[in-house]
Amino acid sequence: MSPDDGPLRVLLAEDAALTRSGLTEILRVAGHRVESVDDGAALMGTIAAGAAGIDIVVTDVRMPPTSTDEGLRAAMALRRLRPPVPVLVLSAYVETQHAAELLADADGGVGYLLKDRVVHVADFLAAVRRVAGGGTVVDPELMSRLLRRRAGDRQLSRLSPREHEVLRLVAGGKSNAAIARELVIGLPAVEKHIRSVFVKLGLPAGGDANRRVLAVLAYLNASGGGPSR
Amino acid sequence: MSSGSVWSALARPHRWVASKWPWRSLAYLLSGVLIGVGLLPLLAAGVLLGVLTAPLGVGVGLLLGVALVGVPMGALERSRLRLMGGDRVPDPHLPAAAAGVRAWLRVRLREQATWRELGHVFLNVVPLLLLDVLLVGNLVTGSVVLLLAPLLVSPGERLPFFEVTISTTGQVWLAVAVGVVFTLAAGYLLTGYAAARVALARLLLGPRDRELDRSLARLVDSRARLARAFDAERRRIERDLHDGAQQHLLGLAATIGLARHQAAHLPGSAPLSQRLDLAAAQVTDSLRMLRETVRDIFPSVLSDRGLPAALAAVADRSPLPVTVDLDLPHRLPSPVEATAYFAVCELLNNAAEHSGACRAQISGAFADGQLRVEVGDDGVGGAALPDPASDAVRGTGLVGIADRLAVHDGRILVSSPAGGPTHIALEIPCQEMRS
Repeated sequence: MSPDDGPLRVLLAEDAALTRSGLTEILRVAGHRVESVDDGAALMGTIAAGAAGIDIVVTDVRMPPTSTDEGLRAAMALRRLRPPVPVLVLSAYVETQHAAELLADADGGVGYLLKDRVVHVADFLAAVRRVAGGGTVVDPELMSRLLRRRAGDRQLSRLSPREHEVLRLVAGGKSNAAIARELVIGLPAVEKHIRSVFVKLGLPAGGDANRRVLAVLAYLNASGGGPSR
Repeated sequence: MSSGSVWSALARPHRWVASKWPWRSLAYLLSGVLIGVGLLPLLAAGVLLGVLTAPLGVGVGLLLGVALVGVPMGALERSRLRLMGGDRVPDPHLPAAAAGVRAWLRVRLREQATWRELGHVFLNVVPLLLLDVLLVGNLVTGSVVLLLAPLLVSPGERLPFFEVTISTTGQVWLAVAVGVVFTLAAGYLLTGYAAARVALARLLLGPRDRELDRSLARLVDSRARLARAFDAERRRIERDLHDGAQQHLLGLAATIGLARHQAAHLPGSAPLSQRLDLAAAQVTDSLRMLRETVRDIFPSVLSDRGLPAALAAVADRSPLPVTVDLDLPHRLPSPVEATAYFAVCELLNNAAEHSGACRAQISGAFADGQLRVEVGDDGVGGAALPDPASDAVRGTGLVGIADRLAVHDGRILVSSPAGGPTHIALEIPCQEMRS
């Protein structure tokens, strides 16, 4: 994640006018330049044109014309572009299946958030910035789902409650400093917990926040019990 | 035999005497005679006028009316049959496909039942009316004359109707004694005759097996249509909530988010920020509750991704750890997917709430032309479909599932011994949607 504070060029795809204007305003408050489209076809059209100059696409999942999951399919098409365009998918629901498809083989520059998160503007804007910078963001709700799915996992059950919390925050893409603030503990304590979590789960320790998110997601998704397709 | 009671009365003459059947039979035959006597001239006039005026066109209508007279008369006769006990005779007619006289005529003139009823009318007003009048008239008159002989004749006079001369008082009383026997015999004969008339009417006026099959097929069709309409309605409500209330709440969440963001930069805005934090929590709760409601109505992942994905999502949300092993390479018809989905949701819910289970599993596959999904848990067992004969409330959830499966000719198999474990299989015959 590069701490780039400059304005981003955001392409927003959202069919509901109210949500679209709310998101536009939030992004403009942060100084970003926003262009918007209101259906899946227009988004795909822009992508087909190469999406030149777009720093990040923020898209709804369900949009016309079929009102199923065009936003998600567009997001995956964006991931396949060379170079891939960062994309933050917003959804009215957390669907583990959608998230699994979106995050499969991702190496950053991708995010999956509940739309509700716009109520926390600062967090939302941080997520946009993180994805645009090549990071990975997943909704905390998705993490709880994945963790619950692995409730019987022996390695996970060896984590202490505090380590569980740390794991959740790591998976949410938080930096060590942000985790320390959130849990009101010192930075060394956070580092100790993270080391302990990664050792217990047998994951490669170290690396940046993004690498850690991907490691945790890969761990939770592997033999997660859900269908892959 | 549906009119068994009158026949069984006839089989035991000593019981028959004191039963209601002689009187009911008489009432049945007499009311039939009255109707026949009223109808005969009308029908005769209708046919005659119809034939005479047929060249003018008016007659065609008249003849058509005569042809259809069996329909109301059939209804009247079926209600008259209730006098003679037995099961109600159902209406054999199909409902008209559309409103209006033309549609009604088209259906009536094409169905066999209409012509059977017309046949019954003509049997009733010509040969059988004659037989009715002869039998009832002679037997009743004979009985009355013999029983009332002391009032009608003195010794030396001729007994009316029988035209025999009564010469002594002893013979008058002998006539009464003969009258008692005659009346009993006449009553027995009339009851038998009425029972035979009823059997004939039932044969001609009731629906044939084929017609019953057809009405059953109509019921099955309408049930399937209702189920489909219900399914479509669920999707519509889900869409309306998603496009309406949910979007408005998200707009509100964005507005509150912006307000908090701006308030955070104002000096001395702590009380305002607190209030806005509360508003943020409230709108988040509203969105969460609405999301759960909408998902219970119809989960969009089911229509987007099919049964395995939707059930995996259900498993993720379940308070129990649930493993999902569902091997469906192709999509299934959406009503089948929806039925299986909601059934599994209910079963998992039961497992989580009532069974005391620690874990549950969902498995399933498509094989031999049917979808089979199994839901098992390690709880206390005791789940059962109630005996259809009892009206037990326990297990109504399973009955609801069985009913919804039955719409698709599917079924539910329950194995849940006391002490557990519970194993429930759902089977729905269907076709894979190969695209």
